[in-house]
Amino acid sequence: MTTIEVDTRGETCPVPLVECRKALRKAKPGDEVIVTGTHPASKKEIPMACESMGLEIIGIDEESDEWKIRIKR
Amino acid sequence: MSNKTVIIVHSGDMDKLYSALIIANGSMSMGMEASLYFTFWGLERLKKGGLEKGPLSKMNFLGLGKWMVKSRMKKANVAPLERMMTDFKELGGKIIACEMTMEIMGIKQEQLRTEWIDEYGAVGTYVHEAKDAEITLFI
Repeated sequence: MTTIEVDTRGETCPVPLVECRKALRKAKPGDEVIVTGTHPASKKEIPMACESMGLEIIGIDEESDEWKIRIKR
Repeated sequence: MSNKTVIIVHSGDMDKLYSALIIANGSMSMGMEASLYFTFWGLERLKKGGLEKGPLSKMNFLGLGKWMVKSRMKKANVAPLERMMTDFKELGGKIIACEMTMEIMGIKQEQLRTEWIDEYGAVGTYVHEAKDAEITLFI
């Protein structure tokens, strides 16, 4: 199992969503993808995208304007 | 992953090209497939060096409005069209170039960014592409 970290801090629509998808495509089943970002809408939309792809969200951490979403591929 | 977004990119305006690419990239990020059908003024943007050439659809003011919007976009850290296109291709997005437009406007394949284009086709290609699509737009 590998962990892939994606940093989208400061990036705006649609970059966080696209970068998350790019990482998920590279990840193998069982891998974990961790996306960090500051774009507010993406915090809602990344879990939405994972749900429609049938992927599990392990957790969402938030600290001031920054969020971190952990996804199981 | 059977659901798909198909967009006809008819306009070559910068802001509309942004709309098309953002929706297409967003679709693929949500797990869908996406195809862009470039026709008329849209196809002009697939020419070598043509991607960023389009004016604003409104308030272009001979390029001044576009310049202002671009500087605001830079401040907001909006990705350039070139990057959106690279991401689109990397995510497996499909691009179709309209052959009739090429004939009307006298555009040759070698004038286009052929590395982006997956298919050259006419209306049948669009209909075939769009008939099983969940989202289809004309921009």
